[in-house]
Amino acid sequence: MLLEVKNLSVYYYTLSGVVRGAEGISFSVREGEWITFVGESGSGKSTVAHAVMNLVPSPGRIVSGEVLFNGRNLLKLPGEELRKIRGKEMTMIFQDPMTSLDPLRTVGDQMVEAMTVHGVEEAEAKRKAKELLERVNLPGDRFNYYPHQLSGGQRQRVSIAIAMAFRPKLLIADEPTTALDVIVQDSIMDILNGMKEEGTSIYFVTHDISLAVERSDRIAVMYAGKLVEVGTVDQIVENPLHPYTKALIEAVPDLWKEGKVRAIPGYPPDLRSPPSGCRFHLRCPYAEAGLCNIEEPEFREVEKGHFVACHFPGVWRK
Amino acid sequence: MSEPLLKVENLKKYFPVKRGIIEALRKVPVRYVRAVDGISFEIKRGEVLGLIGESGCGKTTAGRTVLRLIEPTAGRIVFDGTDITALSREELRPFRRRMQIIFQDPYSSLSPRMKIGDAIAHPLLVHGLAEKDEAKEIALKMLRRVGLTPEEEFYDRYPHHLSGGQRQRVVIARAMVLKPEFVVADEAVSMIDVSMRASILELLESFREEYNMSQLFITHDIAVGKLIADRIAVMYLGKIVEIGPTEEVLKNPAHPYTRALIQAVPSIARRKREKKLRITGEVPNAVNIPSGCRFHPRCPLADELCREREPELVEVEKNHFVACHHPLR
Repeated sequence: MLLEVKNLSVYYYTLSGVVRGAEGISFSVREGEWITFVGESGSGKSTVAHAVMNLVPSPGRIVSGEVLFNGRNLLKLPGEELRKIRGKEMTMIFQDPMTSLDPLRTVGDQMVEAMTVHGVEEAEAKRKAKELLERVNLPGDRFNYYPHQLSGGQRQRVSIAIAMAFRPKLLIADEPTTALDVIVQDSIMDILNGMKEEGTSIYFVTHDISLAVERSDRIAVMYAGKLVEVGTVDQIVENPLHPYTKALIEAVPDLWKEGKVRAIPGYPPDLRSPPSGCRFHLRCPYAEAGLCNIEEPEFREVEKGHFVACHFPGVWRK
Repeated sequence: MSEPLLKVENLKKYFPVKRGIIEALRKVPVRYVRAVDGISFEIKRGEVLGLIGESGCGKTTAGRTVLRLIEPTAGRIVFDGTDITALSREELRPFRRRMQIIFQDPYSSLSPRMKIGDAIAHPLLVHGLAEKDEAKEIALKMLRRVGLTPEEEFYDRYPHHLSGGQRQRVVIARAMVLKPEFVVADEAVSMIDVSMRASILELLESFREEYNMSQLFITHDIAVGKLIADRIAVMYLGKIVEIGPTEEVLKNPAHPYTRALIQAVPSIARRKREKKLRITGEVPNAVNIPSGCRFHPRCPLADELCREREPELVEVEKNHFVACHHPLR
């Protein structure tokens, strides 16, 4: 197993209280697979992604759990060891590439540095940088451009090119296409798919479940800081078991679906004081008083590879 | 047939590109961004026209110019029979009340220091339509109407207490309190989680029914357009390249660009991808507009004719127009 996350919890210690951003998260990522984390804003999907890189921003703190990357717990690794892995064996791209690109330095400069820092000769790094730009469909002259001279889509291509430099084992992509137009989004997804075909595992994060289905192998659904369902794309799309997953699928505007979309009533809860029992029970049409509002459902495997945290999985089919 | 509520004829908006001092001294001619370059359309009462396009295509400028929040460079805007293109600010005021806009970003379109209830009551006071107490009462009703209940509690909240979806409800309530006949909704659901979009669209739909309200619904997401629009207009580099009934345009897109847009949209229902009409690159800069058909550098079907002559909008099916030398049929 490439990545194993066990019982991970991340809290944010804000002035207005402790926000339980993610709690009790366990999953694994296999070599060469594409797994997509889906959830609304505030579901904790981005928090978990950052925690896997051991990059949780202040005032957040990883309060418990293990992140095993090739068997080594990244949360216990000394900084120097961690830096050898990050950017080389595992790397991350973000929604806004400007947060990771330096506005004062050229694209080429930054690409070269990302490689020399891990011991690549400068001349070799330059040659490779130009090759990488080509692979993400950018003309070679972009090497000398500054980030502000590029469009949002081109900047994202640059950050992917940097991420590709060492053929990482794992790429974490946190909403990399959310700010982009659909045609550009589609081409970025194709580039990521190309990386997958060369053996990189893709850990993709999005609020749009329709984006997850076309290229992922597995989907993980998060709600209010909890992992509520994990399964193959077929399992999640054809046979969702958690009422939230079902609602999410029905709420997405879809060009190829006849009929109306159904909005999910209500709003996600405040994670300073999450609801008791199942965190979805306040919005769940199938919730049963006396159980769902009191007892938290266990996250368990109901069929091979299909995990769900619900007292009544798939109840609407019965 | 009845007169359309809104008629836009050959509307243009050019923005001058700033010259540096050296360019100015050398008398380098001023260049223009042709953001909107001659578009025409009509919207009937109660009708929703979806204006679809990628960033930089001019759709936002078009929406603002129609409302004269930006002054047009050329063309005509006729609202309910009155040419409003050249009206003075004073003369425009009564029309302002009848035409509203909903912006994309619910975070920046609400004042952080105004209670949301007051924000909704504010337009009534500005237009002198209600006294303070009455305005408050109407605002409370409006809060309930958009689903922010208990309304008394929400009235006194500030925008930072609300989620993005809730803020967008406030923005909609503020626009709807004047019972507008026409609304420009500029990417009204783009910054909201996919899971919340349907409920915001439902809300807009309910106001359309209640007020028989027309909308220019601007979006980059053609799947959202499908849900709300009666007709769809696709914009590319300042021009409308295709316009027609929603169903017809989505089922039988005639412009290669429209087809590419449709195919690039992710979908759960269409799991296995069909063969794609591949287009590459991004929307060029509107200063250097390509010759002939503006889409030709990215179009897989382009030939000599496309490079030389700009295609006109022609009717390919009833009420379905396309500007392409080689429409897909």
